[in-house]
Amino acid sequence: MREFLRVAWLVVRKDLRVESRSRELLFTTVFFAISCVLVFSFGFVRGGRAVEGAAAGILWIAIAFSGTLALGRAFERERYHDALRGLLLAPVARPAIYVGKLAGLLLLLAVVEAIVTVMVAFLFEAPLFRHPVRLFALLSLGTLGFAGVGTLFSAMLVRARSRAVLLPVLLYPVTIPVLIMGVSGTAVLIDPEPNLAMARLWIGLLFFFDAVFLTLALWTFEPVMTE
Amino acid sequence: MGILRLGGASRRAASRWGVLRVLALGLVVGAAAGMAVAEAAQPATTAAQDGFVPMGDIPPEDQMPAAPLVAAAYAAVWAIAVGYLWTIWQRLGTVEAELADVARRVGDRDGA
Amino acid sequence: MTPMNRRLFPVLAGLSAFFLMTAPIVIIRAPYESTMGLVQKIFYFHFPAWMAMFLAVFVLGIASVQYLFRGKAAADRLAVAAAELAVVFGLMGLITGPLWGIKAWGVWWQWDARLTMAVILELILVAYLLLRQYGGAGSDRLAAGVGIFAMANVPFLYVSTEIWRTVHPRTSVVPTLPVDFGLPLWWSFAGFIVLCMALLAARAKLEEQRAALDRLYLALEED
Repeated sequence: MREFLRVAWLVVRKDLRVESRSRELLFTTVFFAISCVLVFSFGFVRGGRAVEGAAAGILWIAIAFSGTLALGRAFERERYHDALRGLLLAPVARPAIYVGKLAGLLLLLAVVEAIVTVMVAFLFEAPLFRHPVRLFALLSLGTLGFAGVGTLFSAMLVRARSRAVLLPVLLYPVTIPVLIMGVSGTAVLIDPEPNLAMARLWIGLLFFFDAVFLTLALWTFEPVMTE
Repeated sequence: MGILRLGGASRRAASRWGVLRVLALGLVVGAAAGMAVAEAAQPATTAAQDGFVPMGDIPPEDQMPAAPLVAAAYAAVWAIAVGYLWTIWQRLGTVEAELADVARRVGDRDGA
Repeated sequence: MTPMNRRLFPVLAGLSAFFLMTAPIVIIRAPYESTMGLVQKIFYFHFPAWMAMFLAVFVLGIASVQYLFRGKAAADRLAVAAAELAVVFGLMGLITGPLWGIKAWGVWWQWDARLTMAVILELILVAYLLLRQYGGAGSDRLAAGVGIFAMANVPFLYVSTEIWRTVHPRTSVVPTLPVDFGLPLWWSFAGFIVLCMALLAARAKLEEQRAALDRLYLALEED
C-alpha cells in the first residue's frame, strides 16, 4: 500500500516537474476555460441580465469542456518519445500509474475550477458561495468522477486512431450521470430557497457513482493498457 | 508488441492492491446503503406506477386514438427486427462471396 | 462453433417468429388496464425489448471481461455482436416508449431518471460501436473497457424508478402482475429473448466469417 502511494506520488511529481518547465497545460487549459465562460456569457446574458437558472449548467459545461481538453493534452504529451510505454514498462503496479496521472489532472482541474467558479458567480450573479462546503463537495466529487473515467479513457486512446474525436465521444455518454448530478446539486444550492436535503442526496449519489466508476477504472486499467 | 508484462515485484504490489479494491467495493456497498436511507420523499403520483389493475369496461373514446399507437409500436418492432436481420444477411453475403473468392485464389496458387 | 451455429440459428429464428407472430392474439385477449386503457398494451413489446437489450448488454459486458482478462478472441467477436444488438433493441425500446407516453402522459418524452439513463446507455453503446469502427488497430481492448462500463449502467437503469418516484411505471410492477397481464407479457418476453439469441448467433457468425477472411488474406500475402 505504501509502495503503491509512493509510485503514484512519483508519477505526480514527474508530471508537475514537466509542467513547471513549460506551464503549457496550465495556461492553455485555464485560458480555454475562461474563454468558454465568456462565450457562454455572450450567449446567455441579454440586456445586462443573466438568463435565469443558467449558471449551474454553464459552470459544469465549462469544467467538462476544459477537462476534456486537459485530458487529451495530458496523454498526448506521454506519446512523445514513447514516454507512456516507458512508464508502463516500469516494474510497478499499473493502477498506481493511473492514480498518479489522475491526481495530476485533479490538481490542474482544481485550479481551473477555482477560476471558473468565481467567473460564473461574477458574470451570472449566482450566489455560488452561499454554501461553500457543499459546493466544494459537489465540485470535488464531480471532478473526481469525470476525471477518473477520463484518465482511463484517454490513457487507452493514446494508441488509437482519431483519438481527438473519440475521447469526447466515449467520455461524455459515460460521464453524463456525473454532470447531471453536479448540475442538479449546484442548481439546488443557488436556488433562492435551497433545498439542502436534495443537495445532500445529489452529493450522496455522486459519491456512489464515483465509487463505482473508480473501482471499474482501477480494475480495467491494467488489462486495457497491456498490448 | 507484447512486451508490457508485469514482473514479480509488481505482481506482489498488484496483490496488495487487491486490498484497496476490496475497500472500494466496501465503499460501493456503504454508499448504496446510504442512498437507500437518503431516498428523497418525492411526491406520489397517480398513473399506475405501482401495479397494473385490470379494467372491466372499455370506454369507447379510449379505443380509437390508442389503436394506431399500439399498431405503430408493433410495426416498429417488426420493421427494426426484420431490417436488422436483412443487414446481417447482406453483410454475410458480401463477406462469404469474398471468402469464396480468396479461398479460390489461395487454392489456385497452391495448385500451380 | 460454426456447425452448431448453423443448426442453432434456424431453430431460434423459427421459435422467435412463432412467439412474435402469435403474440398479438394473446395480447388482444388480455384485459385493458384501468387507467391507461388500450395503449398500455404497448407494454407487451416495450418491456421485453428493454429486457432483450439488457441481455445483450450483459453478454457484451461478460464477453468484454473474458476478452480483456483471458484474451479469448471468440469473446471479442461475441462482444461486437452483442453491442450491435443492444443498440437495435434499445432503439425498439426508445421508439415504443414515446408511443406509449404520448397517450399515457400526454407528452412524447420526459427527462426523468429512467428515460435519461436509457438514453445514456444507448449513447454509450453507440460510442462503443464508433470506437470499434474508427479506433484503428488495438481498439478491441479499449472497446472491451467501454463494454464493462456499459454493463455497469444496467443495474442503475433497472432500479432508477425504484429510487426516484418518476412518471415511469416502477419495475416492481412486473413480478406482481395479475395472470391476465402476465401471460401475454411472458409470451412476448420469450419471443424477444429468443429473437435476441437468434440475431446474436447470426451476427456472431458474420464476425467469425470476417475473421476467417482476414486469416485467408494473411495466408495469401505470406508468400
